[in-house]
Amino acid sequence: MAIFPKALLLVAALGLAACNNPDRYADGDTGGGAGFDGGWGTGSDGIDSAPLGDVNNPTSPAFFQARVGDRVFFLVDQSVLSAEARDTLVLQARWLNENPAYGIVIEGHADERGTREYNLSLGARRASAVQEFLITQGVAPARLRTVSYGKERPVEVCSDDPCWTKNRRAVTVLTRPASS
Amino acid sequence: MSLTRRGAFAALGGGLLAAALPRTLSAQSAPPLRITITEGVMAPMPFAVAAFLPETAAAAEPAERIARVVAADLSGTGLFREIDPAAHRGLVTGFEAPVEHARWRALGVQALVTGAAAVTGGRVSVKFRLWDVLTGQEVGQGLQFSGGAEAWRRMAHKVADAVYARITGEGGYFDSRVVFVAESGLKNARRKRLALMDYDGASLSYLTDASALVLSPRFSPQGDRILYVSYERGFPRVVVMDLATGSRRAVAEQPGTMTFAPRFAPDGNTILFALEQGGNSEVVSFDLRSGTRTRLTEHPAIDTAPAFAPDGATVVFESDRSGTQQLYVTAAGGGEPRRISFGEGRYATPVWSPRGDLVAFTKQHQGRFHIGVMRADGSAERLLTASFLEEGPSWAPNGRVIMFTRETAGEGGAPGLFTVDITGRNLRQVPTETFASDASWGPLLA
Repeated sequence: MAIFPKALLLVAALGLAACNNPDRYADGDTGGGAGFDGGWGTGSDGIDSAPLGDVNNPTSPAFFQARVGDRVFFLVDQSVLSAEARDTLVLQARWLNENPAYGIVIEGHADERGTREYNLSLGARRASAVQEFLITQGVAPARLRTVSYGKERPVEVCSDDPCWTKNRRAVTVLTRPASS
Repeated sequence: MSLTRRGAFAALGGGLLAAALPRTLSAQSAPPLRITITEGVMAPMPFAVAAFLPETAAAAEPAERIARVVAADLSGTGLFREIDPAAHRGLVTGFEAPVEHARWRALGVQALVTGAAAVTGGRVSVKFRLWDVLTGQEVGQGLQFSGGAEAWRRMAHKVADAVYARITGEGGYFDSRVVFVAESGLKNARRKRLALMDYDGASLSYLTDASALVLSPRFSPQGDRILYVSYERGFPRVVVMDLATGSRRAVAEQPGTMTFAPRFAPDGNTILFALEQGGNSEVVSFDLRSGTRTRLTEHPAIDTAPAFAPDGATVVFESDRSGTQQLYVTAAGGGEPRRISFGEGRYATPVWSPRGDLVAFTKQHQGRFHIGVMRADGSAERLLTASFLEEGPSWAPNGRVIMFTRETAGEGGAPGLFTVDITGRNLRQVPTETFASDASWGPLLA
């Protein structure tokens, strides 16, 4: 039956673009920056990628992820920030305010125990809760964007509470410095 | 005996032609060969597809393949049980030769399909007749289809659709396609591509590569376009793809927002989707021609997964405004939503039957997921399936079968597509070469 030559051309073009652009590094689900060439780039999902740097350098993304903590967790169906989450976000905001060059994308995620489309909305709610909190802590709104992945990007793969607990998360992802 | 083509040929889409064949018997009473689907079929009707006769030298192989697809379509409904072809090889010697009804009856056959195929100048033609061997009468008129050599499978589906329609009184659904998400890779690194296949898993083709996450494709009611969610620009947004040209465009883009859960209106001109802004999702309708956007909900709760009724006047969607996900209906122009789901558990992804009589949904209750149906007013809820995780029902064009996603638990979690009929019988997996999810069943092809 009908083949779709133009669609295939488009697809081929996208495939080439993807080869030049490593995925973003920050969520731990894409190989931790494998293939990253040390420069800034736009990922295949259109999200900026950035060098991790040295974890002992307090201005590096690696330090932000490992020492500050780049993610907070939620209860089932909830987007309310726990006391522990607020503590993490206070530290995040402090770091972000001290390192104003970075852009920020907050990713909202859900566990697998829900329908795909509801989980997209739930992830958006969670990302938005983090965004609003960071703004109250002085992070410039213009630096922040949110994205929801719903249940599409789990970090843990078991089908039990210990995994679901880690997948119900919002991750603060650093992007290309706003000034560059 | 050579076939005389009589009656007007009707031009069909995809280069297929259909023609009625003259009846071989002069009179016919009301067909006793009848299956009523809604009553549920306890004992499938025994049927046989006699070996289709090759009328040209090159037709031997197509004739065999076409007969096998016809038989597979009918068996796959669960309404029919095929009598082993080995038991009746050679029983039909000519397409217009008299049918030896007594011998077919002795084999336990009730419904008999006879057929023949020819290949001429790169074109295939196939013709068939349907017989009620208990009464010895032909059911309906013989039909002939012709088309390009690559269309043999579609012609087989058209034969099976005609047989199904004559015996059940329902429209067929075999000559139809499904758009879905083909998945590969580990559970925490899934790659997803839009893919298109025949309803039975054959004729697979891919519409996107795996460079960007894609979700929830939906066929247009006309079968010419696909709506889906793409992360190509980093944020989920609704894209419409034209299948004939492959061209794609994002719809209703608004910086700083996300759009998802798209669905076409019956006329194909208006779409529904969920618009996320500041963490809140609302149901929006959007006119693809004028660009006019109408907000159908206004509530801090999650409102998403909208779908039109087949008359285009009413919209069903899910909302957690009561505290958990429940189903609501509202006027297509907006207004006060009315809740229709009141059973235990959570209800999601409502989709209206093309017949208008039922709404199919995903239900989550006590740690299990179900696909179910209820009347459009919320009454007469019936759960059709149950497992660890299933969701996303999509209706067959005749409103009698539902395709949905079922995913197994754990590290090896494997999503696949399944079908079940509206009585809850005949659960089957659709064969796909990769993991598969988010099926949207397109219209019956012309």
